[in-house]
Amino acid sequence: MKRTHCRLVHLCLLSFAVILLAPLAPAQESPYFVTYDHYLEEPSNLEVEYFSTFGTQRGAGNFIADWTELEYGATAWWTTELYLDGQSTFNDSTIFTGFRWENRVRLLKSEHIINPVLYFEYEQISEADKIMKEVEGHDVASDHATPNALARQGLNHELEFKLLLSSTHNGWNFAFNPLAVKNLTGGDPWEFGYAIGASRPLALKASAQHCNLCRENFIAGVEMYGGLGDRYSFGLPDTSHYLAPVIAWNLPSNWTVRLSPGFGLNDNSHRFLLRWGLSREFSGFGERMARLLGGH
Amino acid sequence: MTRTAKIGIVGAFSVAFSTIVSIAQQDRGTSSSNSVYVELAKAPKKAAARSNPLATDPDAQAAGAKLFAQHCAECHGETAEGGKKGPSLRASEVQQATPGALFWLLTNGVVRRGMPVWSKLPDAQRWQLVSYIKSLGTGS
Repeated sequence: MKRTHCRLVHLCLLSFAVILLAPLAPAQESPYFVTYDHYLEEPSNLEVEYFSTFGTQRGAGNFIADWTELEYGATAWWTTELYLDGQSTFNDSTIFTGFRWENRVRLLKSEHIINPVLYFEYEQISEADKIMKEVEGHDVASDHATPNALARQGLNHELEFKLLLSSTHNGWNFAFNPLAVKNLTGGDPWEFGYAIGASRPLALKASAQHCNLCRENFIAGVEMYGGLGDRYSFGLPDTSHYLAPVIAWNLPSNWTVRLSPGFGLNDNSHRFLLRWGLSREFSGFGERMARLLGGH
Repeated sequence: MTRTAKIGIVGAFSVAFSTIVSIAQQDRGTSSSNSVYVELAKAPKKAAARSNPLATDPDAQAAGAKLFAQHCAECHGETAEGGKKGPSLRASEVQQATPGALFWLLTNGVVRRGMPVWSKLPDAQRWQLVSYIKSLGTGS
């Protein structure tokens, strides 16, 4: 066990060194927080992302839920991603709430009117998790009113599947993501949800000059997401839904900043969510790691 | 969490990490092949016949050069003469291809050989890239 820990620490240190040495890659990131389009990470690139969600809470303290994503382009058709989640509830505590391992696989080799991508994820998260990366089943705002000490005792192992359908036309991207989740821990039924989004760059042509505030560096849009009940009670009753304008600023200095105020659409939803995120892409990470680990 | 479960999770992640690196390396083994040029010939006639709507735009090449440096140089090299991951864009196969065929390849990528789809760049930006690539010529 000690040797395994040592290897893991070495691997982490090595990865960190490679990140520091890797050249930066300018990104063209979508503005969505919940919805996925069909674009995957470029092969061998690693994107390090930090996101935060502030949420208002009825009957308990407001919260800030944070997560970090390590997104790696294994191939041009496969992106794999590790999430580390945490949250801080006002007048309560700050806790780590679990991890997720996500994979996205492109199903078609070229562009079509609608492009499908298969998404599958394993999650090991406590019931205190509040990042709301997806809303499923009968998830409602009052679920998040439980004190952290109590909520963190419930640990869920979940499998999540999504079909990412996305289309880009005249600069507009339209995406629709139906999802199904199975909690492996208890006898919970399959739960369902959705996310839908549309976005467009503020300018379609690039300017010839390097600039931070060029309109083509900004992508704006809107997304809507919510639960659709479960296998035994499919539909809208006792579900929560959100509508959120989104904007991303892809800086020439390789940083991407995202911002999204979200609004609950019914009484089961949090009234207001404010999300923001910061990400940076590093090119050639995979090749450098492979070389360091003895590959070619 | 039990010790066995912890060992299991660490083991599973180690195996997964090795598998990802291994598959990625295998995939990239074919991506550097010049057979990517063959894909240009597969452009449908209608797509290949499209003319560049920005061909007379005086800023198109400069904007294309900026986009190339941002998105393409990483694989194709800063001078577009080819890199470890992508072939030279100064090759005659590329320079003799029609603007429409280049636009089609940028849009669709060659996903199984490591070239991503670039339809996330708006049409106008892909045409700006085509303007820049066609301006390179075959010399260095």
